[in-house]
Amino acid sequence: MNDSKTPLLRIEDLSVGFQVAGGEIIPAVKKLNLELMPGETLAIVGESGSGKSTTAHAIINLLPGTGRITGGRIMFDGQDLAQASEAELEAVRGKNIGFVPQDPMSNLNPVWSVGFQVEETIRANGLAKTKQDVRAKSIEVLAQAGLTDAASRMKQFPHQFSGGMRQRVLIGIGLAANPRLLIADEPTSALDVTVQRGILDHLQERTANQDTAVILITHDLGLAAERAERLVVMYRGQVVESGPSREILENPQHPYTKRLVQAAPSLSSRRLVSGRASVKVSSMSTKQIADADSAIEVKDLTKVFAIRSGAFRSTPLTAVDQVSFTVPRGTTTALVGESGSGKSTVAKMLLGLEKPTSGSIVIDGQEVDLLGKTDMKSLRRRMQPVFQDPYGSLDPLRSITATIAEPLVTHKVGTRAERQARVLELLDQVSLPRSIAGRYPGELSGGQRQRVAVARALALRPDIVILDEAVSALDVLVQAQILELLNDLQSEYGLTYLFITHDLAVVRLIADRVCVMNKGRIVEAATTQEVFDHPREEYTQKLLDAIPGATVKFGA
Amino acid sequence: MANNKKSPDHYVAPFDETPVDVIDAVRVDDKVSNLWLDAWRDMRKRPMFYISGVLILLVIVVALFPTLFTQVAPDMDCQLSNSNGAPEPGHILGYTKQGCDIFSRIVHGTSTSLSVGVIVVVLTTVLGIIFGAIAGFYGKWIDAALSRVGDIFFAIPYILAAVVVMSVFSAYRNVWIISLAIGIFAWPSTARVLRAEILRVKNSDFVMAATAIGVSRFRILIRHVMPNSLAPVIVVTTISLAAAIVAEATLSFLGVGLPTTFMSWGNDISQAQSDLRTAPQALIYPSIALSITVLAFIMMGEVIRDALDPRERATR
Repeated sequence: MNDSKTPLLRIEDLSVGFQVAGGEIIPAVKKLNLELMPGETLAIVGESGSGKSTTAHAIINLLPGTGRITGGRIMFDGQDLAQASEAELEAVRGKNIGFVPQDPMSNLNPVWSVGFQVEETIRANGLAKTKQDVRAKSIEVLAQAGLTDAASRMKQFPHQFSGGMRQRVLIGIGLAANPRLLIADEPTSALDVTVQRGILDHLQERTANQDTAVILITHDLGLAAERAERLVVMYRGQVVESGPSREILENPQHPYTKRLVQAAPSLSSRRLVSGRASVKVSSMSTKQIADADSAIEVKDLTKVFAIRSGAFRSTPLTAVDQVSFTVPRGTTTALVGESGSGKSTVAKMLLGLEKPTSGSIVIDGQEVDLLGKTDMKSLRRRMQPVFQDPYGSLDPLRSITATIAEPLVTHKVGTRAERQARVLELLDQVSLPRSIAGRYPGELSGGQRQRVAVARALALRPDIVILDEAVSALDVLVQAQILELLNDLQSEYGLTYLFITHDLAVVRLIADRVCVMNKGRIVEAATTQEVFDHPREEYTQKLLDAIPGATVKFGA
Repeated sequence: MANNKKSPDHYVAPFDETPVDVIDAVRVDDKVSNLWLDAWRDMRKRPMFYISGVLILLVIVVALFPTLFTQVAPDMDCQLSNSNGAPEPGHILGYTKQGCDIFSRIVHGTSTSLSVGVIVVVLTTVLGIIFGAIAGFYGKWIDAALSRVGDIFFAIPYILAAVVVMSVFSAYRNVWIISLAIGIFAWPSTARVLRAEILRVKNSDFVMAATAIGVSRFRILIRHVMPNSLAPVIVVTTISLAAAIVAEATLSFLGVGLPTTFMSWGNDISQAQSDLRTAPQALIYPSIALSITVLAFIMMGEVIRDALDPRERATR
């Protein structure tokens, strides 16, 4: 480290709190210290609620709601931003400190053209005076953002841009005034993995060219290590560890950092092996998988949606195109793809939530399409879903007991007392205390809710569980815990999983076989080992490359 | 790997200052909490809840047991010698033009106002829930058809419609007919609120989860969608109760409401207007009774709305 340089930003003992009803202040950041050299990239890593975003917002005093700085100094270029007036801050924002928000979908105003919004930034920061200059500069910003034909795209509106393009525009706006510091708050979390990589490369290139220092806020340790020279690990509003990225990954000191490094699903991790007594060995060799009979057989499954294109016309959109795969009993097959690849539509058709346009689904040797209503009901007993959003998939007004018992009630299984006993047993199986039985979903964390959803799925003792992005919304540590639970349950009860996800890193931890989907088709299907070690398709390779931190070696 | 490999730039927080918790430990409050329980607790912290609650309770008691408050008959003991008379012991608010006791007329008029309010609200809520729920949940052409029916009723100002209905049924004017006249044209607003809410709730993941479990469509509507959609309906209901009371008074004031043989604040206000300069008390006191009752229900509606809307709560 070059000690002769003076830091661009130095935060000393920063405390931030949120005022709640009754005047009490809940601390969100406690006595935080950090230093940033000019041109350096620093990543703040932490789980949700760790205070990482709050820290970033405090620097430019954009704290949401009742948040405010309760102590400490934020020295930027010799000026204390914690004490600065609103007018002084306005002069710093945009001009000296740029900001790239998390969600590109909601951060461009849909009623104004993209060009207008770029011009607004340029005028607000006094980068150009005359109308022509402002326009010329705006076109330049868009061109630098990587937009071909920038001049004509000025007139377009945000909805005409893809998520990745919008984020490029926002980065362009953030960097328009050549700021000395750019704060990027989870800039790629809302984007597809393959797009993510491009955006981060773009960001890195732009900031390196302008010698802009970057504070990158992220929950992804792999991404942070790959992109930043230094890491700050936050936990419950405090910095638990900070230092050179590589060193922290290879030699984590703090117990929390150690946990985080261990849990990071990277390329080097292997499939989980359950410690629990198993009915069947879950990780089977290729030959065994081929021999096992199939729980799910999908043949030439196609789904065509009608998209309305005029008052009385519609254009067909093929969401799923002649998809065929089999899921061997007692194993996990992952269906991987980006958003819009049709993977969730496949899941919905399996669950009977969407009707296939053509093709066949065979579950346990029984053809699904031909099933009548009662047969569908019996099928649902054997196949249960777990959905992505733990906040949305449980009815907030029904108690945990009522939620878990619902499949039992619906299928008229057991007496009231028997159902009650089964609910308690299920709570044990998903490692939740029995005391929460009378509670409501709103009182539990995301991970705990997902456990409840798993318990509900297991209530009828199904053979097959369809997991639709079941761990995608969870923090890394909680995600690792749920994956372990799923793996244990699989080996204990011989469950068959169809695991739908966009995250290849997770696939490695849980799946025996992988089907890669792209634009409604399965482009590659093989065992997990084969797909990761010898991907045959270019698209699969692209997905593998997109896993952040793929190039970083992890220590533990 | 050992500690000594640490570079000077590598900071580690003291472990005792940054204790690490069990991952995802279950931490729940002593009190069970869901939307309704939270709203109930929240309401009880608001002074407005008690003020409007006491007023509403008082209105209900007066309506049910008027004789607890006055022994004077509102229409039989009237003597023209007392016409527009000043207050005196036993007749604290004075007399009307017909020489009737104002206090007694107000007390006995309460049940009319409240019954109209309650009947209208039951009617609009039942119609609104049926139309709104079916339209919102089953969608497609059913929604289109029901929503257009609602729009037709919505397009007609309900006071105007009630005036027409009451004129047609002038021979049978009573509490039921006037409530029907108001309610028939007031339900579309309840239906609209519920429909919008159901459209939002029915796309929730928990509805999809219930479908995948095999729960029937109707059961999903009753068990999952309706309970999660009712909050705004309750708010609308409380406020529309106040509106119905006003509507009855308005119709009676216009002379197309209840016949003068009924004890009704609207009627009394109407009859008192000719002597407003000489005997304002006959107009003012029933008006105050009307205002307080209406205000109590509107305040209660606002308290419920604030309690049910967490965003509203946060800004307080």
